[in-house]
Amino acid sequence: MKAVSLADITVSPAGNKTTPQRRMHLAGLESVVIPVGALLASMIVFAIFCILAGANPIGVYASIYKAGFGSWYSWQNSLLRAAPLMLCGLCTVLPARAGVLTVGNEGAFIVGGLAATAAGLATQAAPAAIMLTIMAVTGGLAGGVWIAFAAALQHYRGVNAVISSLLLNYLGLALLLQLVEGPMHDPGSLNFPASYAIPESHHLGVIPGTRIHLGLAFGVIACLLAWFLLERTVWGMKAKITGGNSRAAALVGLPLGRIVLLAAFLGGACAGLAGMVEVAAVHGRASQSINAGYGYVGILVAFLARQSPLRVIWVSVLVGAMVASGGILQRAHDLPDATVAVLEGIVFVMILASESLYGRVPLFQRVSDAG
Amino acid sequence: MQAEGAAVSGIAVALAGGAIRGSIPYIFVSLGECLTEKSGRINLGMEGVLLMGAMTAFGISDWSGSPWLGVLTAAAVGALLGLLHAGLTELPRVNDVAAGIAMIVFGSGLAFFFGKRFVAPMAPQLPVIDFGGWSSDPAIHSALRISPLFFLGIAGAFTLHYVLANTRWGLRVLAVGDAPEAARSMGISIRNKRMVATVIGASLAAVGGAHLTLYFPGIWSEGISGGQGLMAVALVIFARWSPRRCLAAALLFGAAQALGPSLQTAGITGYYHLFNASPYLLTLIVMIASCSHRKTLTGMPGALAAARG
Repeated sequence: MKAVSLADITVSPAGNKTTPQRRMHLAGLESVVIPVGALLASMIVFAIFCILAGANPIGVYASIYKAGFGSWYSWQNSLLRAAPLMLCGLCTVLPARAGVLTVGNEGAFIVGGLAATAAGLATQAAPAAIMLTIMAVTGGLAGGVWIAFAAALQHYRGVNAVISSLLLNYLGLALLLQLVEGPMHDPGSLNFPASYAIPESHHLGVIPGTRIHLGLAFGVIACLLAWFLLERTVWGMKAKITGGNSRAAALVGLPLGRIVLLAAFLGGACAGLAGMVEVAAVHGRASQSINAGYGYVGILVAFLARQSPLRVIWVSVLVGAMVASGGILQRAHDLPDATVAVLEGIVFVMILASESLYGRVPLFQRVSDAG
Repeated sequence: MQAEGAAVSGIAVALAGGAIRGSIPYIFVSLGECLTEKSGRINLGMEGVLLMGAMTAFGISDWSGSPWLGVLTAAAVGALLGLLHAGLTELPRVNDVAAGIAMIVFGSGLAFFFGKRFVAPMAPQLPVIDFGGWSSDPAIHSALRISPLFFLGIAGAFTLHYVLANTRWGLRVLAVGDAPEAARSMGISIRNKRMVATVIGASLAAVGGAHLTLYFPGIWSEGISGGQGLMAVALVIFARWSPRRCLAAALLFGAAQALGPSLQTAGITGYYHLFNASPYLLTLIVMIASCSHRKTLTGMPGALAAARG
């Protein structure tokens, strides 16, 4: 499979006189203007959709803004949702940079949450910090192995990782349902099968002065680390070469398998960590509630961010606000909560369509030639 | 001993009936995907098409009182989604697989949006053909109440096989899928053939979706397709891109899907969720067993093999 859009490969015809710095700068501009343009275009299409559905699009956008960024309270709502989205976005971004497209974010999130719960329950006698560390490591390991498995199938057997990782999502969910109704079942949770709960005192804390849990810090740090790893280390360079042209990478003797598997493992570990946060900070136990769809939205985040870890941060905040507005659309505009899903779908299609514009917008090219 | 035998035969009958019933969406989606892939393009968005087909068929059947009108409208909506997918993948630098993911998100979003109002009621269902009237056993009787779509699906498989092997259009689609450059040099429009194949393919898949809501128990829910659109894509690889083998593979997948519920009717309820997950596991195993890096898969359209690298 071809590598997924790499923002940093710019189209520059041979003999172009622009300096490398200038070209980088223009490419940076291009990779901001085109996604923003695609977002605006999606907003127009969605506005038409709202009109057809009998709602006032300006009112709808005002509500989305209010629900996402209208007050400190809604900012916190958006940021709370942005935290798992950052980690789930990285789950697609990291392997994609090494040339493997995986969409098993939801499954990795679930098994991460499950494994973290099991680890937490086993070590609840320990101090909170130790228990949480063990939970995070176990959750990350579980998610990492989950995605690395899909990547290994593609690398060694030629099984399309998109299909296998989507199948793994369903298997992860089945595993969750089976375990919380079987071996991990808390008899106290009759109507809503759930596992035993980790001690209340051991929950993941909040950022002082807010009600935002530490998951947000995990997300931001993970994105920064991923950026550093990809852009500032030798390994990142190797991963990019592998993703750009695996045949060339093999020719220069790069260990493709190790690079692909590690990238997939790290991506999966992020999603697994998000699952751990969901358990340790939000629900306190494993149940069907941890299957909240962050994994699927994380795929959208990765594509919107064009597989760049730094952009994942602000794209997650934006998409987090979008997700947070589901309830208010229902209450204020009598639109089903699935309206947000329609908006997500439109954005996804538009972002993909805008891929074809890179290197072809005359404006950027003209500046580039003149420079 | 006798009771045990009765339980086993009960499971077998339920499994056979479930295989026929459950195979129908797989038949239609896999035929649609088979045609699309024969033209050299992958449509991973079939899951979205299936959901839209299911929702549309239900809504139109509920609104008009005619389930067949529901099936036709579903096919039309599927065609529109196919057109969007084709248009998207025709753009330069847009990857088939990524477009498929976008179409899953888009199709399911739309289906959930319009489907919200349909969650409660029951729409008029397609008639069933009763082959089990001779039997006094209610289990056999209910297993043999077969939807006419099953026979349409079988007819569709043989028709598609004939069209691809014997008609001018079919041969041109094969040429475009196997050797695009050669086809172009013969003056065949690649874009046109792929567009039509994708549109017809998605339209077929939407009919499979219609079965989900217009056959017993005949309700719409957001989880109704449960990844069947996706599994059908794997099924086509398993069937080595042959429409007739798709039929057999669809029956196998239908049976895997019926395993959980059949065991449940027989009173075996432990590991219920794991048994229900057997189609996903089967698909994964089938994919692992049938894919290989070393050799090009028999029957794989050349353009797909080239894209795989």
